[in-house]
Order: sequence, then C-alpha cells, then structure tokens
Amino acid sequence: MSHKHLLETEKHWLTRKGKAFLSDRVILHRKDLHQDLGDYEWMRVFLYSILERDVEENVAKLLNTFWVCTGYPDASIWPNHVTALAATVRSTPSLSLMAGMSVSEASIYGRRPEVRALDFFYRAGQHCDAGGDLIEFVENEKAAGRTLYGYGRPLANSDERVPFMLAKAKEFGLDGGRHLQIALDVYAYLNETYGFSMNVAAIHAGLAADVGLNCQEYQLFMTPCFISGMIPCYQDARDRPEGSFFPVRCTNIVYNGPAKRKWGN
Amino acid sequence: MAKEYQYHSNIWLEEPEPSNPFAAKACFCSGYDVHSDVIPNAGWFEYLLLLFKGERPKKQDTALLEKLAMVLANPGPREASVRAAMNAGVAQTNHSSALMAALAVGAGQYGGAQELSICITLWQECQFDITRWQERLLNPSNDERADIWLPMEHAPGFDPNGDATPTPILQSLELLAGLAPANGALAWLKASRQALELHVGYPLAMSGLAAAALVDLGMGEDQGSMLYLMLRLPGAAVHALEQKQVGWKNFPFYGPAIELEEDAFPGSKDRKGEHK
Repeated sequence: MSHKHLLETEKHWLTRKGKAFLSDRVILHRKDLHQDLGDYEWMRVFLYSILERDVEENVAKLLNTFWVCTGYPDASIWPNHVTALAATVRSTPSLSLMAGMSVSEASIYGRRPEVRALDFFYRAGQHCDAGGDLIEFVENEKAAGRTLYGYGRPLANSDERVPFMLAKAKEFGLDGGRHLQIALDVYAYLNETYGFSMNVAAIHAGLAADVGLNCQEYQLFMTPCFISGMIPCYQDARDRPEGSFFPVRCTNIVYNGPAKRKWGN
Repeated sequence: MAKEYQYHSNIWLEEPEPSNPFAAKACFCSGYDVHSDVIPNAGWFEYLLLLFKGERPKKQDTALLEKLAMVLANPGPREASVRAAMNAGVAQTNHSSALMAALAVGAGQYGGAQELSICITLWQECQFDITRWQERLLNPSNDERADIWLPMEHAPGFDPNGDATPTPILQSLELLAGLAPANGALAWLKASRQALELHVGYPLAMSGLAAAALVDLGMGEDQGSMLYLMLRLPGAAVHALEQKQVGWKNFPFYGPAIELEEDAFPGSKDRKGEHK
C-alpha cells in the first residue's frame, strides 16, 4: 500500500450522502431537507439520516420509545452524574452533555452492551438457521467466557423498562418478531438454569434486530438516548451553590496504598 | 455496590485541614507527600511515572518518558486530532471543546489511542516472537463479535498510507531505543522493523513506536492509551489557539471540494446534472 490513493481525495470528496448548497438548499440522502423533510418529526429525520430510508410509522414510534424509556433524570446514574459534576463546577451545557454522552459508550451499561446484545441475537439466529440449537449457542458463549449482555443488571435485579417495552412493542404491532422471541427464550433458559434476570438491552436489541438495524446503525441511533435524563441533572446542580453536588470529604478517599515515605533530594 | 459514599484509592491519600473536612492539609501520592516533598524535589516526568506506576521511577525510565513525551507532543497540524482541535479553535469555541475534539479523534484506530492499545495487547501476547507478530499483525482480532469499535483495517502500529518509513519515526526509534533497556521492546522493534514492514507491506507508524516505548516503561494497554492521549494534547492546544488568531477566512473551507454524485439528488432522473 502507499500514499497514492490519498491524492484522489486531497481536494475532492465525491459523496452520495448529502451536501449543503449554501444560500440555496440542502440535500440529505436524495431528499431536500427543507422541501421534502421539513415536516418530518425530528426523530424521523434522525432515523432517515442513519438508515438512508424512511421507516414505517410504527417502527419510528417503537424506536422513539427506546429513547423515552432510557432518559432517567437521576444523577446517581453514571452519565448523569458526570453531567451534574460539570454543572456544579459551572461548565457549559454542551460540554456537560457531551461529557455525559461520551461516557454512555460504556461496557457495563449503554453502547457496548447494546451492540453486543444485538450482535448476539443476530449470531444466535444464524446458528439456528444452520440447524443449531439456541441453548447450545448460549452455553457455547458462556463457556467461551463471554458476558451475555442483556441479562443481569448491575444495580438492580429487575428492569422496569422490560414490561414497558413489551407493551409498546405490542401496541405498535412489532412484538411478533423472531429476534424478540430469541431474547425471551434465552431469558427463560437463563432464568430457569442460572437465575439470571433480563434487562432492557436484551429487549431493545431483539426489537432492533426485528426492525432490521445493523450494529453500527443501532450504535448511532442509541448514542444520544440518555440525554433527556441528563438535562434535569445538569439544571439541578447548576441551580445549587457551586461545588455542592455530593462533595467528598478528604477522609472519604479510602487509601490502601503504600505507607508514608520520604522522596528526598 | 458500595453503600458508603467513599472512593477507594491505592494512589492518593488526603489529610484534612482541622477547620474543614473538604479541604486537604496534605496530599500523599503512593506514600510521598506531594506538596512538601515530591513537587520541590522531583521532576514532572518522575511525578507522572509515580502517578501511573505507584513507585519512584528509575532515572532511565524518566528519561525515556520525557523523550517519548517530546516525540508525541505535537503531531502537527496535518494530523487528524490536531486538525479537529484547529477546527474548534478557528470557530472560537471553548478550549475544552478543542481538547475534547482532539481526544475523540485521537482515540481512533488509525494512528490513535485505540490502535496503540491494540499494539500493547499484541506485545503482551507476541513478546519477541517474530512469527507470532507476523501472524497477529495481519489478524489483530480473534473475536468475531461486533463491538463499539470497528474491526481493525490495517496492521496495528503501521501506516497503510505510508511508503518508506518517515525520517522522524526512524530518528525517534533510534533515540528512544538508546534510552531503553537493551533487551526490551524498543530494541527488538529496532532490530525487527524492516522484517515486520516487509511482511505487512507498509512502514512503522508513530503508534507502533509509542506502544513499544510504553511497553518498555511497563505500561499496560489502559495506562499506555491514557498517556498517549495526554501526551499528544500540547500540539492540539497550541494549534487550536493559533487558528483562533489566524481566523476562519484563512482556514480551509472544503465546501467546493465536496461533490454530490449526480444520482444522489432529489428526483435525479429528471434533474440530472443540474448541480454542475
């Protein structure tokens, strides 16, 4: 390989995605942003931006509930906590929310479990398509030491979003898909065998697979999903005295390192 | 889950002022009194190594880290993370935005911290086994699952857009290897560079060089990644500030360079070519 192909894009970027013709119009995936998409709900534009296609009304409504049901205005939740810390030291709204959003791409909650859960259900489906058994697939994953994302929950042993999402999926006529059923079957097995609970990541991923999102599309779609919960946490800390959001006294750093010693000259 | 509102640390101890439990009278880093002893007597890179490793470093390690920090300090305005910071600077946004942009872009898998992290992981696995290296550089992941990170698209630590090894990389490899243990990663990389480059088909990159230096400093992939992110920020900062002064009228605007394909217009069949 070499630098030669860089010469092609040094001064020219040919794209099919879109372009802003300033003072004229804006094209997004073959549609005029103001003429064709101007009456869309923002969520529909967001989905169109990711998927390059319109989704059906019930799919958009279902995906909208993913965001609605995960925006918790509770400053104990880690991304919100970061936002509140930014507010208590009087950082700006954008910096505070972006800091919270960036830590949403975590391993014990947020983007990694979501992506891994979606990938898990797609692979489980492929395994079954090839004549394999679902339980065998689950056990193989466990035996490989892999976390079964979507099952168990770090801070609680049940998830209030699960019944909410199942009801919404039913309401929008999207509760009959194959991957949602896989998610429920895996839960039934893991609960019966190991006492595992199920969290919303499993339900969301099963539904995301059933409406045809791939892992990248799903990761992009979910990226801002906690933000409506971060905003009240920002405002709350912003409106209280500076530095007053859960201050930590010196003695609440519990030190377990080396004993005191001299550096010297 | 911790019920008490306490943070646990092996690095940091604080003793409060008698008048205020929220103000520290003394801070100790791995047992050393920071303000009375470390700051007056140690250098910045000794302190940095103390923070990361928990022990007072050897002089050789301090010298290596200082020179590595200088090698990394400014990737220059062409590099993606610095360009990101310059975009923030020219728009006169918050300084934090410029550095956040540099961190986010500098976190990537082409020249960024994630690539370096993968390199350090490969060091732990391959050590000085060139056959293993050759195999793993072309297949850096053995996990078929999707992740928040995309699959690697090139051999980690090498530049697929390179031809010959750039002179500053060779100069830095020579300098840093001279400061590192004779039986360490940098020395091995210096001896094996050409064979590895021949195998992957393109030259060593700064991320690969930095990974070897950080391995010689005893850093794991997480520590190495953090240091790599931090140590490249000076260049991002000064170029962001510089572009704020230069101003947007003298900053590239790529609008004319972006061309929408003909069939990507609304109703392109009827309006073919109207953008020209």
